[in-house]
Amino acid sequence: MKKRVLAMALVAAMAGTMLTGCGGGSGSDSNADSSSAGSESTGAEAEAPAADGAKVVKIGVYEPASGDNGAGGKQEVLGMQYANQTTPTVEIGGEEYSVQLEIVDNESSNDKGPSAASSLVGANVSVVLGSYGSGVSIAGSDVFKEAGIPAIGVTCTNPQVTEGNTHYFRICFLDPFQGTVLANFANENFSAKKAYILTKQGDDYSTGLGHYFKEAFTGLGGEVKEDVFQEGNSDFTSYITSAKNEGAEVFFAPVSTEAAALIIEQAAAQGMTIPMMAGDTWDSNVILNAAKGKDVQIYVTTFYQEGGNADFDNGFKEYINGDSTAKANNGGDDTISAVSAMGYDAYYVALEALKAAGSTDPAAVNEALWKVTYTGVSGNIAFDEVNGDALRDTAYVKCANTESGAWDFVAEQGVN
Amino acid sequence: MEWITRNLPYLMAGVSVGGQYALIAIGYTMVYGILRLINFAHGDIFMVAGLVMVYAVTAMPIYIAIPLMIVVTVLLGFLVERVAYKPLRSAPRMSIMISAIGVSYLLQNMALYVTGGLSQQYPTVPWISDTVTVLGATTKRVTLITPVLTIILVVALVLLIKKTKIGMAMRAASRDFETSQLMGIKINSVISMTFIIGTFLAAVGSLLFFTNYTGVTPTAGAMPGLKAFVAAVFGGIGSIPGAVIGAFIIGICENIIKGLGWTTFSDAFTFALLIVILIAKPTGLFGEKATDKV
Repeated sequence: MKKRVLAMALVAAMAGTMLTGCGGGSGSDSNADSSSAGSESTGAEAEAPAADGAKVVKIGVYEPASGDNGAGGKQEVLGMQYANQTTPTVEIGGEEYSVQLEIVDNESSNDKGPSAASSLVGANVSVVLGSYGSGVSIAGSDVFKEAGIPAIGVTCTNPQVTEGNTHYFRICFLDPFQGTVLANFANENFSAKKAYILTKQGDDYSTGLGHYFKEAFTGLGGEVKEDVFQEGNSDFTSYITSAKNEGAEVFFAPVSTEAAALIIEQAAAQGMTIPMMAGDTWDSNVILNAAKGKDVQIYVTTFYQEGGNADFDNGFKEYINGDSTAKANNGGDDTISAVSAMGYDAYYVALEALKAAGSTDPAAVNEALWKVTYTGVSGNIAFDEVNGDALRDTAYVKCANTESGAWDFVAEQGVN
Repeated sequence: MEWITRNLPYLMAGVSVGGQYALIAIGYTMVYGILRLINFAHGDIFMVAGLVMVYAVTAMPIYIAIPLMIVVTVLLGFLVERVAYKPLRSAPRMSIMISAIGVSYLLQNMALYVTGGLSQQYPTVPWISDTVTVLGATTKRVTLITPVLTIILVVALVLLIKKTKIGMAMRAASRDFETSQLMGIKINSVISMTFIIGTFLAAVGSLLFFTNYTGVTPTAGAMPGLKAFVAAVFGGIGSIPGAVIGAFIIGICENIIKGLGWTTFSDAFTFALLIVILIAKPTGLFGEKATDKV
């Protein structure tokens, strides 16, 4: 008995040391709050509308808040939350509904995605937004399909997300397009003849974009050297050495921001000066922070360029700065990620679909989505008739300014 | 000369990663030697050490943060043993192993809660983070320091075990647990000491590892922990020189394989090596021969 009491006391003490050990960082605490606050507040809202009699429509948010893509997922959700704060109600079939975001964390993991998706189905959402990361989107797709709930992909760029199904839509461009844009850019601006491609094994986004880049780049007469790294790898020095030894002129690494930060750090330490290029995932302040003050060149393609829509920029910055949790989720500053703009647009596309459907029934929303058009901050959004992919033909190319720690606009690039 | 410049970085990366694995592997191997327990939480303690450092530097200067990080980590290792393993000392060995897995998940999920799941940028440690050039190959200074520091620490540890009283007690406990108790050895303090030494080395290892690979995530300890465990088994679990040599072999081979361009197989190689060693030499390179006591 005495032993047990002692053990309990020690457990408490251990928990205590963990907290004090980490209590120094103010960023950490607010971060931790944020993840719990997200679920709590939605829970509270679920009760509240019933009290004042207003009807509620639920929009599921299927995004990663942890794991490889946690940083990007959180920024995408921020866009939706900001949109939800700006426009908290929608008129469906002549009645005013308040919109409630039902947020789940798919942990950036293909294994855990389906169960997160199931919990959205269980919550009776009318439409789902997400996910950041093509792999988890594909993993969750079947769950939504079986439940008959339409999903709107926000920044998942792999073609397989929407291919061959009628319930998954998407508002961003696709990897064959993005890969070609990047290959053209490498060819035109750096006259690169040899590219080093580093992708993550088993990541649909990474291998997909790497593949399309390779196709386009070799199509332009270039040569590529491909390497892959495994889940959990944090030692990229050998890859960087290989890129140097191969005489590559560009280093193409369409990987998660988490791996990207490590790659940038190690590239700088090893004095790799060739341009590093990547797709939309790298458009994040994680990259800017990693690159700041280092001798590296970073070019990314993305969906939205800060300054593209002043109203959105100002409003969003105000929202971020007014809420310490939101700021922590945005990586501690008020840089606007393209994914936040996309999340913002996705929310309004979902509202348009609900309005057009005139009902909260998922099947009706799915039907209505095909016809939805919307002019968002990231441009015009309309879906094609085959897979429900957005019709988009431009991408923005940005370059990391390593002195100021901000993105410099380089070019608006399409495919000729 | 050019050949050296081209290939030296692979070797340097291998030696440095090997040194970091070695520091973790010693923790596995010492605990196994005495308790016959595979301490699955060890890799996660390594990760917590990284996180403590991340948060410590936001509140204090780095020369206080580093000792503090080491103290907190050692304390954590000590507490884990007292809370999760000691009450199970007379329980079947499987129970204590399950308890270790439980601690591992507890630490990972607590880290997930505290960090919110995002990768934390490890602070820049002055001097050892500086970039240096060796024979035309550029790298961080920590890459060069790691193997040297590892060897110094291992020599110190071996001296401790061979020459001091507590070392003698450790050797006795690893030879025969029950008899050493009968001979008046305070077994609990010996075990605590083992955990303290093991986690101290893991804390130093985390400082070196995360200075090179600067992202700390809740699962950052899993892979290095697993590789270090393989190294410990490879060298013969229970043997300290074995763990160190095993770790260097694994670190170097891994990077040479990446250098040869077979990047897909770099992890597969590590684990295939484990299987081959277990089949050919079940006790590892330097493992003690299994003797039936009954």
